Amino acid sequence: MIALIVRNAWTQLRRDRAAQILAFVVPIAFFSIFAVIFGGGGNRMNGTSRVAVAVVDEDRTEKSRALVAALEADSGLHVLTVASPRQGAPDTTLTRESAERMVKRGDLPAALVLPPGTGAAIGSFGGGGVKALILNDPSDPVAARMVGGLLQRAALRAAAAGGGVTGMAGRDADEMLPLRFEQRAVLGEKRESPMVAFYAAGIAVMFIMFSAASAGGALIEETESGTLERVLTSGLGMTGLLLGKWVYLMTLACAQVTIMFVWGMLVFKLPLLQHLPGFIVMTVCTAAAAAAFGLVLATLSRTRQQLSGLANLLVLSLNALGGSMFPRFLMSDTLQRMSLIGFNAWALDGYIKVFWREAPLSALAPQVGAILGFTVVFLLLARRLARRWEAA
Amino acid sequence: MAVLEIKGARKDFGKTRALDGLGLSLGEGELLGLLGPNGAGKTTLIRAIAGRVRLDAGTISLYGHVLQPEKPRPDLGVVPQENALYPLLSARENLETFGKMNGLDGKRLRERVAWALEWSGLAERATSLVRAFSGGMKRRLNLACGVLHEPKLVLLDEPTVGVDPQSRESIYDMLGALRARGTSLLLTTHYLEEAEARCERIVVVDHGRAVAAGTLVELVEQAKLSGRRVRLALDRAVTKAPAGFALGEDPGTLIATITDVGRELPGLLARVQAEGLAVRDLEVRTASLQAVFLALTGKELRE
Repeated sequence: MIALIVRNAWTQLRRDRAAQILAFVVPIAFFSIFAVIFGGGGNRMNGTSRVAVAVVDEDRTEKSRALVAALEADSGLHVLTVASPRQGAPDTTLTRESAERMVKRGDLPAALVLPPGTGAAIGSFGGGGVKALILNDPSDPVAARMVGGLLQRAALRAAAAGGGVTGMAGRDADEMLPLRFEQRAVLGEKRESPMVAFYAAGIAVMFIMFSAASAGGALIEETESGTLERVLTSGLGMTGLLLGKWVYLMTLACAQVTIMFVWGMLVFKLPLLQHLPGFIVMTVCTAAAAAAFGLVLATLSRTRQQLSGLANLLVLSLNALGGSMFPRFLMSDTLQRMSLIGFNAWALDGYIKVFWREAPLSALAPQVGAILGFTVVFLLLARRLARRWEAA
Repeated sequence: MAVLEIKGARKDFGKTRALDGLGLSLGEGELLGLLGPNGAGKTTLIRAIAGRVRLDAGTISLYGHVLQPEKPRPDLGVVPQENALYPLLSARENLETFGKMNGLDGKRLRERVAWALEWSGLAERATSLVRAFSGGMKRRLNLACGVLHEPKLVLLDEPTVGVDPQSRESIYDMLGALRARGTSLLLTTHYLEEAEARCERIVVVDHGRAVAAGTLVELVEQAKLSGRRVRLALDRAVTKAPAGFALGEDPGTLIATITDVGRELPGLLARVQAEGLAVRDLEVRTASLQAVFLALTGKELRE
C-alpha cells in the first residue's frame, strides 16, 4: 500500500511540469543567485571589489602626493581626485566641500581629506599632530573601515619611499599608526536608528511584490469560477478589467507600505513625517510598478500553483539582487549594475534618497522615471498576455 | 422577425470541429432547448452568441443585425453553467456589480436589484455572503445576475445542472416569469425530461450540427416514430406475452406499439382478457425524446 502511494505520487510529479520546475529548477536558480551575490566575487565583504573613495589633498606636499599615489596604486581602492560635474566639462580638483557633497549624494561611500601638515605626519606613528579625515556614509559600514585600513598601508609605503618612519619609541599602541585619522559620518548623525529607514524600504518593497503577485491570482480564480467569462460578456472588456485590478493592487500596496512605515515611525522612530512628500512619491510609484508586476505574473500563469512558483522565484531573486536582503552598495559594481534590471532596485534607491540622503524631490527624477517606465512595460505585457482569455 | 438567427456556424479548435454548419432561429418570447450529449457543441454555440468565440464561418444575427465578436451585446443576457459569483460579496453586492457592468446605475440599478432579489426569492438573504448560500440559492442568484439588465434574449447554459428537484422547479418558475414579459430564452440541457416538458421547441445537436428541430411531435415525425407506445399493468406477473405484446421491464407489464389508437387498442385489450388476465392500469404515449434522439443520432443520450 505504501509503495502504491509512493508510486502514484512520483507518477503525478512526472506528469506535472510546473511542479517539477518548482521542485528541481527553482532551488538551483536560488542557489546560483545567492552564490553570486554572497559568494566569491559578488560582494565587497570579501575584499575582492574596490571601494570608491574621493581623496582631497589639502597639504599638496611631495609626501602627501606620494601618499595619494600609494592610495591610487592600491588594488582595494578606486581613488577619485577630480570631479566631472557634467559630461564633457573640464575636470575640477575635489575640495573638502565637493567631496562631502558627493558622499551625501550617495555617489561615493567615503571621502578622505588630507589636511595641511599631513605630509609631515606620515610615518610619525602618532608623533605628528595632524590627522587625516574620513568622511563617510554610515549606511556603508565597510567602506570607511577599508579606507582607514588601506590608508595605513599607503602611508607606510609612502613613508618607506620618503626615508623611513620616525617616533615609534615610547608611544601608546593605539596611537602607533603610520598616519592617524578621524572619522566623521556626513549623514544620519542625529538619528537614533539610522538603518531602520533602509530596512523598512527593503522589506516593504519585497512584500508588496509578493502581495501584488498573490492578489493578482484573483484573475486566475475568476477564470476558474466563471466570473471572468461573465465580466467579459458585459460591456467592461479585458482592458477595463485589467485596469480595475491594477488600481486595486496599487491602492492595496500603498496601504501596506504606509502601515509598515507608520509602524516604523511609532515603534522604531522612523522619521516619516519629516520626509512625507518623498515618501508619497516613492510609495505611489513603487506601488504602481508592483501592481503591474503582479498582473504580469497572474496573466502569465495558468494555475495558482504556477503563479506561486513563479512569484517565489522572481520576487526573491529580484529582491536579493535589488538590495532588500543585502545592501546593493556592498555588492560588486557589476552586480550593482545588473540589479537595475529590476524596478525594486530603483525603488530602494529612491527610498534611500528620501530617508537617508534627505535629497530634494527633484533628485528622485531618475528613480521615478525608471519605475514608471517599468510600470508601462508591465501593463502592456499583461494586456498582451491576457489576450488568451479573449474570444477564441 | 426572428430574435436570433444562426446560419452555417462553423468553429474548429485545432483538429476538433466543435460547430459544423449549425443553424437555428428563435422567435420572440420563445423557449428553445438545445439538446445534445456532452461535447456536441452546445457550449461553444452559446459562447459564440455571447461573443466569446469567433466563428470560422457563418453568421449570428440578433434582431436582424449580424453580431461581431467581442462587441458589447446589451440585448443579451448570459447565464453560465458555473455559478459565476463572487463568494465574498453579498447577494445584493453581486447583483450591483454585474448590473453596473451591464450599464445600470442610480435609481434604475436599485430598482432592478430589488426586483431581482424578489424574483429569485433571495430578498431576505440580500446581505448574506454568497459563500454561505446553498447550491440552489447560488443557481437562482446566478440566473438573476444574467437577466438583471432586462435583456431581450437570455442564453442559459445548463441552468439546472446539479440542483435538487425543488430548486429546479423554482428556476423554471423564474424562467416562466421572464417569458411572460416577452423575453426569449435559449437553454442548453442534456436532461431529456426537462427538454421534453419545458421547451416549446427543441434543437437536437450532435457533432456540431443541428440534427433536427421542432416540437416534440414534429421531432417524432422527423424521426419516423409516429407509433404510440402502449403499456399495460396486469394483476399478476406473466412469463409469456400474448400475441402483439412484448414483456415489459417490470414483472406483470406488457408493451406494444400501435399506429391507430382507436382501431387497434380494443383488439389488444380483448387478447389480454382472453388469456384470463386483468388490466390494472393502461398508458398510451407518444415516442419519448429518448427514442427520438436514438433514432436521429444513433446513440443514447446519457445524463
